[in-house]
Amino acid sequence: MKEEIKLMKGNEAIAHAAIRYGADGYFGYPITPQSEVMETLMEEQPWETTGMVVLQAESEVAAINMVYGGASCGKAVMTTSSSPGVSLMQEGVSYLAGAELPCLIVNVMRGGPGLGTIQPSQADYFQATKGGGHGDYHLITLAPASVQEMADFVALGFDLAFKYRNPAILLADGVIGQMMEKVVLPPFRKRRTEEEIRQQNPWATLGKPKDRKRNVVTSLELDPAIMEQNNIRFQATYKRIAENEVRYEEINCENADYLIVAFGSMSRICQKTIELAAEEGIKIGLLRPITLWPFPTEAIARQADHVKGILSAELNAGQMVEDVRLAVNGKVRVEHFGRLGGIVPTPDEVLTALKEKLM
Amino acid sequence: MDINEIIKPENLVYTKPRLMNDNPMHYCPGCSHGVVHKLIAEVIDEMGIEEETIGVAPVGCAVFAYNYIDVDWIEAAHGRAPAIATAVKRLNPKKMVFTYQGDGDLAAIGTAETIHACNRGENIAIIFINNGIYGMTGGQMAPTTLEGMKTSTCPYGRNVALNGYPLRIAELVERVDGTCYVTRQSVHTPAAIRKAKKAIRLAFENSMAGKGTSMVEIVSTCNSGWKMSPVKSNQWMEEHMFAKYPLGDLKNV
Repeated sequence: MKEEIKLMKGNEAIAHAAIRYGADGYFGYPITPQSEVMETLMEEQPWETTGMVVLQAESEVAAINMVYGGASCGKAVMTTSSSPGVSLMQEGVSYLAGAELPCLIVNVMRGGPGLGTIQPSQADYFQATKGGGHGDYHLITLAPASVQEMADFVALGFDLAFKYRNPAILLADGVIGQMMEKVVLPPFRKRRTEEEIRQQNPWATLGKPKDRKRNVVTSLELDPAIMEQNNIRFQATYKRIAENEVRYEEINCENADYLIVAFGSMSRICQKTIELAAEEGIKIGLLRPITLWPFPTEAIARQADHVKGILSAELNAGQMVEDVRLAVNGKVRVEHFGRLGGIVPTPDEVLTALKEKLM
Repeated sequence: MDINEIIKPENLVYTKPRLMNDNPMHYCPGCSHGVVHKLIAEVIDEMGIEEETIGVAPVGCAVFAYNYIDVDWIEAAHGRAPAIATAVKRLNPKKMVFTYQGDGDLAAIGTAETIHACNRGENIAIIFINNGIYGMTGGQMAPTTLEGMKTSTCPYGRNVALNGYPLRIAELVERVDGTCYVTRQSVHTPAAIRKAKKAIRLAFENSMAGKGTSMVEIVSTCNSGWKMSPVKSNQWMEEHMFAKYPLGDLKNV
């Protein structure tokens, strides 16, 4: 079959990929720079074709709790938002993690803090990778760097979320959401039937047949001895995820003298940076984490054995650099370069920063 | 007469509802929650929909509702039950979805979710326990606390200049176009219990028929929070709560 190549925005790719994945529901609230996701879904009217439910909620608080309700039924449900909206969702995200529910959350990041700006940013790295809400938990955090990955990571995010019964988040930014690129959309998959959901997710609250006990989806347990055991179970899940699901891309890392670590749109800029450096005879490798949690700690540690210095380039004031430093553990110098408040740097700027900080 | 001669099956006039399980209830003696739970269990059983029913429990005294009624349950974050029920019903349109919420949960922190679920006309039933106080956290002021009523956070009585007025939720959602049935009931007498059960049944039937949102408010007692005996609580409720929260149907279309 001929490949179906389209030109579209990252946000639009997410909407099309969700329909094609066979998602059961989308619940969202408008916020720049990601409103095209819900607009595209409403335009496409998937309830007429696949049966997917799409609903504009009264707030991000309601949207994430609709996701909690759908996920409780074992359905593939998702929401998308941008930084201030994702902050509002944190209560619900913590409950989703505490109730061991799979779902997909997308944060098309903009600059903060507060209302901030509608321009791109990566300043929600801490929030996404360190939990974000209350309690000890992690989200499976995927960082798309292209419109193609916006489409592909919808399925990947859902699959990982269901595999581990844990929320997954796509941590994109305003650049990836708004820019147009060619994309090969994934093939259509059928939505799962209720019978399939009951078989695959025996914990789902779809009504209690006579042959099983009632299902209760809850994050509440007042007995601390049991609650500790619940937390130990969560931690065991995170350990399995960390052991099996680390994803990253290495570009020109062999024989590199310096290393840039960058994700999302910043990694695209840094691809040009390492090209510019090569023209000057400076050998820089680029390591792009695809999963921000679990973090490619070992891959970065391996690079630290042979490079002279590492630059963590981010659209923030220095967040991922903390994880890079933990991975490097003092073996070589690690510096941070970032632009803030919605400013996106040029490849030249990154190269100049690398020279100043590391050479 | 020996007790064993009295408790013969042929003398049985009432049994525990089949869908109420044997978990010891945590509710205080005299609390209205237990009675309302029993009515819901009876309605689900009588309608023959136990395999299709999903309850959404609140945060508050009824947080453990899922321990008592033998259907599938989802425990919501504080106030968010109507948003959760919205998704459950939309994704499973043939199932019976209801929320069970107190006045702190529904009328304070969850007001937005309540109004908007009602306004969208979600085909769910909302069972709303209004006892004018936060029971679970130890008797703090609720939006529904009566003027002058003493609680731990208005120890000198609710002062409207400081705290605003008691919020009448039923009157509010009655004005919203998505609701098909809004009623206010109580469970303080056998007659009231029978009426409340009919109301819950109608709310559930409306949900299954896709008529829109139904809300059954139950004006309830919290004798622990009110610091009264159960009997005195019922008297106090009749004298004070019913004046602000009059019983009866507000809307039935």
